[in-house]
Amino acid sequence: MRFERRLLARDRGSGLLRKFWALPWSFVLLLGLVAAVGYVALYSAGGGSPEPYAARHAVRFGFGLVLMLSVAMVDIRLIARLAWLGYAAGIGLLASVLAAGQMGGGAQRWIDLGVMQLQPSELMKILLVIALAAWFHRASHERVGNPLFLVPPLLAVLLPAVLILRQPNLGTALILVALGGIMFFAAGVRLWKFALVAAAAAVAAPIAYDNLHAYQRARITTFLDPESDPLGAGYNIIQSKIALGSGGIWGKGFLQGTQGHLNFLPEKQTDFIFTMWAEEFGFVGAISLLTLLAGVILFGFLVALRCRHQFGRLVAIGIASNFFLYVFVNVAMVTGTIPVGGVPLPMISHGGSAMLTVMLGFGVLLSVHLNRDADLGAARD
Amino acid sequence: MSRREEERRRSVFTRRALVLGGMQFAALGLLGARLHHLQVREGPRYATLSDENRLSVRLLAPPRGRILDREGRVVAGNDLNWRAVLTAEQAVDVQATLETFSRIIPLSDAERSRIERDIRRRRRFVPVLVREFLTWEEMAAIELNAPDLPGISVDVGSARVFPEAEHLAHIVGYVAPPAEGETENDPLLMLPGIRVGRAGIERHHDRVLRGRAGTVQLEVNVVGRVIREMNRQEGVPGADVQISVDAEFQRMVRAKCEIGTSAVVLDARNGEVLAMATQPSFDPNIFSSGVSAEQWREWTRSRATPLINKVTNGLYAPGSTFKMVVALAAFEARVATHGETVFCPGHMDLGDTRFHCHNRHGHGWVDARAAIKVSCDVYFYEMARRVGMDRIAAMARRFGLGVPLEIELPGTRAGLVPTRAWRQARGHAWNLGDTLVHGIGQGFYQITPLALATMTARIATGRAVQPHLTRAIGGQPVQGTRAEDWPSLGIPERDLRLVRDAMWAVVNEQGGTARASRLPAGLGQMAGKTGTTQVRRISREQRERGFNAATLPREFRPHALFVAYAPHDSPRFAIAVVVEHGLSGSAAAAPLARDILADAIRHFGGQRLAEAAR
Repeated sequence: MRFERRLLARDRGSGLLRKFWALPWSFVLLLGLVAAVGYVALYSAGGGSPEPYAARHAVRFGFGLVLMLSVAMVDIRLIARLAWLGYAAGIGLLASVLAAGQMGGGAQRWIDLGVMQLQPSELMKILLVIALAAWFHRASHERVGNPLFLVPPLLAVLLPAVLILRQPNLGTALILVALGGIMFFAAGVRLWKFALVAAAAAVAAPIAYDNLHAYQRARITTFLDPESDPLGAGYNIIQSKIALGSGGIWGKGFLQGTQGHLNFLPEKQTDFIFTMWAEEFGFVGAISLLTLLAGVILFGFLVALRCRHQFGRLVAIGIASNFFLYVFVNVAMVTGTIPVGGVPLPMISHGGSAMLTVMLGFGVLLSVHLNRDADLGAARD
Repeated sequence: MSRREEERRRSVFTRRALVLGGMQFAALGLLGARLHHLQVREGPRYATLSDENRLSVRLLAPPRGRILDREGRVVAGNDLNWRAVLTAEQAVDVQATLETFSRIIPLSDAERSRIERDIRRRRRFVPVLVREFLTWEEMAAIELNAPDLPGISVDVGSARVFPEAEHLAHIVGYVAPPAEGETENDPLLMLPGIRVGRAGIERHHDRVLRGRAGTVQLEVNVVGRVIREMNRQEGVPGADVQISVDAEFQRMVRAKCEIGTSAVVLDARNGEVLAMATQPSFDPNIFSSGVSAEQWREWTRSRATPLINKVTNGLYAPGSTFKMVVALAAFEARVATHGETVFCPGHMDLGDTRFHCHNRHGHGWVDARAAIKVSCDVYFYEMARRVGMDRIAAMARRFGLGVPLEIELPGTRAGLVPTRAWRQARGHAWNLGDTLVHGIGQGFYQITPLALATMTARIATGRAVQPHLTRAIGGQPVQGTRAEDWPSLGIPERDLRLVRDAMWAVVNEQGGTARASRLPAGLGQMAGKTGTTQVRRISREQRERGFNAATLPREFRPHALFVAYAPHDSPRFAIAVVVEHGLSGSAAAAPLARDILADAIRHFGGQRLAEAAR
């Protein structure tokens, strides 16, 4: 990909410090609030103790903050230039966990980094957003209309999706595809083309389903309808609904959630942390948390709208949408609105992989914000 | 690209970003509305559910499938088992409840720690077994004290019973509680008192027999009383498995076997196991209610190894019963013709070593038929020398020796037929002397009685029948009941006929080694082969002093073997008998095999008549 190397009109020599002060600190504060909610909820999930979840959550947030601010200092043009290299690295990581899993004889989804476990599928979502943004950055509106131009990015979405599917992790694969769809939409791909792909998928799905092993089908059935397994996922959803509902308007109070503390609520520190929070702080607490999370998403959209280059716009909207998908799928799951499982609530749930990748994405988002007026070269016809 | 083009791109993006943003915030609004519904409108209802009532999901254990014998007799069934269970979510204080319980029915420390461990490991709504096989008095005591025992309930489970007890123990197997970590795949295994197959058919067909758990969702109040049933999903009962063994015949066979004897009877036409006896045995019912430490020590320390099925796990050298395989290997390799004779002077010299025939005076000129009939060792030394060990081993494998068999008894040994490569891989040279010794079935062989019976069935039919036990699952017959289901061995019928004729001569001709063991009149004729395998090498001095194995201490006496099939003209039964330290195949094993085959012909022949009469 060719980018013109003209220097910014603005003074670059002013140094990192000035750039640092130019950061939108209100956004950083917002993230801090969200992480604080996570700390409180995890403190409660730990039975009223910083151990074993909350303290580690705080450490991870600190680490994530440093990572985010460091990435924010990177010039957006460098990120754009490395887009496809990053994508290739992500694919390599996905392939290596798959290979390790196959050799180990079981499903493997993460790489052990010692201090934490990295799930390449989480990282892949950010890398995919950047790669697609780089691709569509080159495209004029006419070019986006050319179906042949859309084939490479389509493959770029499907390749990681298939690798994640093989792990097997249907939920994350679907979220990745949805994220790809959002990127295509934001880039200006015509709606009828989405309809075409959706129709093709609708035709292919039953054929693919027929070719699956019985155990793979069972996995899909449980994924789509957890209540069919009333002792596993279904039980969790029922208990989650009871916990949420019994929280009422004002909640049972901090550390007073009976469902959570009596261990009716499984996985309360990961997938069901929102339930934990909403049982203790009620409807008011739940809506407040949703508002904070919506604020994070809104910031992403504002960055996108204010950016003066297509690459930045697309990156910003992709990162915001990635965060949205996490929030929506998780909260919809614990409220029994949509029947899926296994998606954490980033920045709140216990577990490092989602938080760090989300904060890495926010670092890129901040870089877009700081370089919103940068010249990344124009599209070609 | 022009500025106008860039403007256009930006305006398209802005429009679409607003659409996307609108959709995303609408979706979040939807979640807010959902939360409002759950927490504000339905809040009081859920608060009641949370405070006063609990949702409880219970598993419904399906009955374990039964195991039936050939005639449909139950050889593994279910009996009622009254037991006390504890559901943690219904107990106010688990410790207090257990304390009160043990004042009524004393619990040992081991039981206590097992119960506490189970409670920690399982979901709070899953009942944990406290005590099973309750008597009426104990049940009454629990019911009487029910108010002081929150969380405890009495329910009826099932206990596995084996009506045939030790007669079928090694075939049917036994059941025991699942091991640690085994419970994760199947929620059914979390149920209190559940048993899984640990050996034999119970283990092989465990999945089939187990069935699938049903569930019932209950709304219960704080003390555990069921308010109403909300949702019920019936489980799938375990399927019955019918095995080919005839329990009555099995008992007849076992009655004839002494300690250390094993015998197996196959239907030669299709490999179905009709009886499989090994002595001593054990009572599998003891496993159902838990084996005591002393009982276990007694079983595992006993030199007679009651837990081990010698038919499938006893490893023996086949001795002279192996000679048919050597003859067939020689014919196939075309190193000998049927009528070709070899002179037996009573020994064969190879370098400095003298290889003896069991008949010190020699058999004179013998051809293949005569060599099998009188079990001449020199003839087979010569055949082994000509054909070589590797071709002998290849032929042995085709007859099911030294290869895994398809029998449904987990742990069955494949055994061993040595080859030159096998010996060399262990750092030893294979020399011609080894070949000679292995030509008469002695040496490194490790063969199970089951494999010998399989070999015999294959000689009798010329087909690669596999020994098996399953006749039907859930009433559906399984494949392999007809002779045509089994592929041909690919050995010329002419060669097989000669070998069968020689085996007939072993029993029915003057001079045959099992001449004394003909079938009683009216039951047809059987064909067989004797074998005697040394447990210890006979030294030169012993031989010169006029060796007599009968003077040895029992554990050094040779094993006695016999393989046979009957009737000779249309083979139906194949048998292998091994009498440990029985001295000689013709004296100890052949008469036993004859008696068993006579029983088989009377028993199954009589049945056929009865069926025809109906």
